[in-house]
Amino acid sequence: MTEPLLAVQHLGIAFPNNQVFKDLNFKIEQGDFLTVIGENGVGKTTLIRALLGLVKPSTGQIKYYPNRKAIKIGYVPQFRNLDQEYPLTVEDFVGLNIRGWLPWLTKAEHRQVQTAMAVTNVKKIKQRPLGMASGGEKQRAYLAQAIVQEPQLLILDESTASLDNEMKYELLDLVQNLNQTSNITVFFVTHDLPLAKKYATHYLALRPGQQQFGNMADMSVEQLKEATNV
Amino acid sequence: MFSLAFMQNAYLAGTFIAIICGTIGVFVIARNLSFLTHTLSEIGFAGAAFGIFMGWTALTGMLIFTVVSSVIVGQMSVKQSRREASISAISALFIGLGILFLSLSNQTSSYATSILFGSVIGIAHADVIRVAVLSGIVILVMLGLYRPLKFDSFDAIGARVSGLWTTGISVIFLVLVAMSVSVAAQIVGSLLIFILLTLPAAAARYFVHTVSKMIGLSIGFALIGVWLGLYLSYVTNLPVSFFIASIECLFYLAALGFQRLRVGS
Ligand SMILES: Nc1ncnc2c1ncn2[C@@H]1O[C@H](COP(=O)(O)OP(=O)(O)O)[C@@H](O)[C@H]1O
Ligand SMILES: [Mg+2]
Repeated sequence: MTEPLLAVQHLGIAFPNNQVFKDLNFKIEQGDFLTVIGENGVGKTTLIRALLGLVKPSTGQIKYYPNRKAIKIGYVPQFRNLDQEYPLTVEDFVGLNIRGWLPWLTKAEHRQVQTAMAVTNVKKIKQRPLGMASGGEKQRAYLAQAIVQEPQLLILDESTASLDNEMKYELLDLVQNLNQTSNITVFFVTHDLPLAKKYATHYLALRPGQQQFGNMADMSVEQLKEATNV
Repeated sequence: MFSLAFMQNAYLAGTFIAIICGTIGVFVIARNLSFLTHTLSEIGFAGAAFGIFMGWTALTGMLIFTVVSSVIVGQMSVKQSRREASISAISALFIGLGILFLSLSNQTSSYATSILFGSVIGIAHADVIRVAVLSGIVILVMLGLYRPLKFDSFDAIGARVSGLWTTGISVIFLVLVAMSVSVAAQIVGSLLIFILLTLPAAAARYFVHTVSKMIGLSIGFALIGVWLGLYLSYVTNLPVSFFIASIECLFYLAALGFQRLRVGS
């Protein structure tokens, strides 16, 4: 039995003189691995911002089940340039996302940080300043920070864009593992169609003014390409 | 040396100042706000002069000016591109105002130098109490805000997308910076305030790599600078800010050297 997690219904988003979506519809169920594909500028990041409540829909709605408050979301944003001198260790960086009012981390919170680092495979480098980490290690540290609060929904915005082939698959293996063992629902934005095909259970292909949504099993890489071509 | 009341006062006040500047400084550096501490010192100078002109204490005038302007600057600094120029304009205006108020208030020029460059002899017991109370407030707010402030300062993008109330945090933090500037000006003077607010923290981040350790080490650097500076100033009768500035610069240069060695090897 699958349970719905969220439904996007007749969603429209408009910026001053730029209509990004008109009547966008799709739904995500718990445990889905949804990949979102589409050309640059089609509105993938905007859609994420709407899901997070950072952009107000101009029409339609986004429904969470049972409600938005009950759903914790972990998010790895598209751009986050931490330079070489970024001082915090991987461990301290991951801990930033632990909420609360105590100045120090409790034992349980400390364990949460350790767990998040273990499942993202950054425990070995936890004392390393994040600025000194490689691109793949950085992405894994971002992933660890995003899941440290044990979210039900994990959103990745082009997290593999800067990675070479091997590191891409390494990262997505970790995400798939989270998806399957912890039942975290995944919302993954990418341009990499073979990668999308390999890992996702569902796809949302965006084109200006159009959308196609369905099971990944029904689509070949060529059909995916077709669906996103302008 | 400690048998002299004014030295006791200076050491007490200096200790509080080192603690809050060391702490706040870590976040000032993380948020790239060094430029703002310069501007706030100039604004603080004008505020001090205004306070004297009005017959209040210099500290009161400084607090009013720096707190109000830090909030205004915070609103403006959203547009990065516009920031530099507008900051220069504001600095110029406030230095001019400071000079104006000083000349209007008929104070001797020695008073001006003590605002600008700090003074040890001028610190009375009542000043120590004021410094202690303000430092206490800054520390308490920092403790209450520690986690969100840390998140927003060291990962602004992550904090914003995770729904943290980052605008509120920025404003509160700027007010804390303004209060620290006003408090620290009591000893190092408004011209050199940015030294204690930036250099200890900037040096610390090369040696240690967690926020709590950075705060600890930054406080340590600030304390050594203030304590040693006061001592050397007492012995040599030269200005305390000279010594504090030199010591903190040494720490910073040492940190850069350390970083070079580590990255180079
Ligand atoms: N805050 C904004 N104000 C105005 N236009 C915006 C804003 N954010 C995004 N856009 C526009 O919306 C469109 C979609 O952007 P985005 O969601 O970033 O695309 P993608 O992530 O698919 O590359 C672009 O044309 C972009 O210029
Ligand atoms: Mg995008």
